[in-house]
Amino acid sequence: MLIGVLALQGGFAAHAKMLLELAADVREVRVPADLEGLDGLVIPGGESTTMTLGIEREGLGEPLRSFAKPVFGTCAGLIMLDREHLGMMDIEARRNAFGRQVRSFEADLEIEGLDGPPLRAVFIRAPWIAAHGEDVQIVAEVDGHAVAAQQGDVLAVAFHPELGSDTRLHERFLAICRGTAVAVDLADDPGWVAP
Amino acid sequence: MLKGGVIMDVVDAEQARIAEAAGAVAVMALERVPSDIRRDGGVARMSDPVMIKGIQDAVTIPVMAKARIGHIAEAQVLEALEVDYIDESEVLTPADEHNHIDKWDFSVPFVCGATNLGEALRRVGEGAAMIRSKGEAGTGDIVEAVRHMRAIRSEIRRLGTLDETELPTAAKELGAPLDLVRGVSNEGGLPVVLFCAGGIATPADASLMMQLGAEGLFVGSGIFKSSNPERRARAIVEACTHFADPLRVAQASEGLGAAMDSLESRALEDDQLLAQRGW
Repeated sequence: MLIGVLALQGGFAAHAKMLLELAADVREVRVPADLEGLDGLVIPGGESTTMTLGIEREGLGEPLRSFAKPVFGTCAGLIMLDREHLGMMDIEARRNAFGRQVRSFEADLEIEGLDGPPLRAVFIRAPWIAAHGEDVQIVAEVDGHAVAAQQGDVLAVAFHPELGSDTRLHERFLAICRGTAVAVDLADDPGWVAP
Repeated sequence: MLKGGVIMDVVDAEQARIAEAAGAVAVMALERVPSDIRRDGGVARMSDPVMIKGIQDAVTIPVMAKARIGHIAEAQVLEALEVDYIDESEVLTPADEHNHIDKWDFSVPFVCGATNLGEALRRVGEGAAMIRSKGEAGTGDIVEAVRHMRAIRSEIRRLGTLDETELPTAAKELGAPLDLVRGVSNEGGLPVVLFCAGGIATPADASLMMQLGAEGLFVGSGIFKSSNPERRARAIVEACTHFADPLRVAQASEGLGAAMDSLESRALEDDQLLAQRGW
C-alpha cells in the first residue's frame, strides 16, 4: 500500500517514519504527479499559510480536491481540509485557536472508537473545529472544542499524532486505506471503528 | 511546526507581511539585521516591544525575537510579550560571558545557535527546544554555515559508532551531558529540531544546507538586504521545499537581481566573528 505525505513543509518526515514502521510504502508529495497511484494521503502539520501558498505555487489545489482516496489531515493539515481551503471536509477550522506558541500543550485524549488508554496528544499552536456539517462526526474534544473528526474516509485531528510513539491513529488511517475499517455512516452510526 | 520551512529576519511590519506572503514559516523580529549590526558596531540589544508587537499584529505566522546570551530579564520580557520563540542569540552582544539562560525556567521555547555537537547539546541541556547551526551572520558567506552543519552532522554519525563504554569519554570530550550523548548515539540525531543559520543568500545556498542535513532555514540579511526581497524570499522558500530537485532550484534562482552585499568570513578579524560568542 502506497501512502503519500504532502511534503511542501512541516512534519512530513515524522509521518513518513511512522507509516514505514507500520509497513506502508511512502512517497513524499510535492507536485501533482506525485499523487498518481496513491492509496491514501497524509497532510501533515506545519504552517497553514506556508502550506496554502505552496499548494497554490505547485498547482496542487485541483488535484488534491479531486483526490478520491482516503486523506488524513493533522494540525495545519486539518486546516487545509476545511471549507475555506481545499474544502475536502465540511468543517470550519479556527487557526491558532488555542493561542500562540506559549499556549501549546499536551493532553490525554479520549478518542471515540479508539481502543486502549487515552492518546497522548501534542497541540502546537493548534486549531479547533469551530463548525461542521451534519456528515461530520466529531470524535474527540478538548474543553468542549472539537479536535478530531471523521467524514467518510477523511480523518482530521488538530494535534500531532506523528510525534511520540503511539501509532494507533496511523493504524486506523491505514485500515481505512485498506478498506478494512468501516467508514462513518450516520444512518446506523457505527462509531469510529478501531482497526 | 516549523520543519522544512524558512524563518526570515524582519525589522518592521511591512517586511513581516512580505515574508509571510512569500511563504515564511515564521519571522524573527529585530531592529537591525545582522549585516547592519556588524556595520554599526556598539552594543546590540533586545528590540523595542512596540516594534515586536507591531509585527505580532501584522502577521499570523509565529514571531520570534532575540535576547542577548545570558540576559534572563530580556528573555522574561519577550516571554511576557508572548513571542512564539526566543532566540538566545550571538548576533546580539552577550550579557554573560560564562552562562547561558536557564531555559527550563521558561514556558516559551528557545532556539540557540551552535557551531558543533557539544555546544548544541549544552544548549539542549539548558532547555533549548531548537538548535540552529550558527554560520557567520550578516556576511552572506555560506562557508561557516557549512562548517558548523558538517561538524554537527559528522559528530552525530561518529557517536553512532561508539559503544556504551566509550560514551562517557565522548561526553567529556564534547563537554555535553552524558544522557544526551547517549540519546544521540542511539537515535542518530538531536532530541530537538536542527535548523541552519548564518550566511544563506541564494536558493542554491538553501538547497545546499538542506542537503547537508538542516531541517529548515533561518535567513537574516540575505532577503531584505537583496535588491528584490519579495522575489528572493519566495525563491528561497521554493528551494527549501525542492532542495533535492536541481531543476526547481535552477528555476527558483532565475532573475533574482543582486544578492546582499557580502563579506568574506575569512577576511574578518577574530573579534568580528559572531559565531565565537556562546560557551
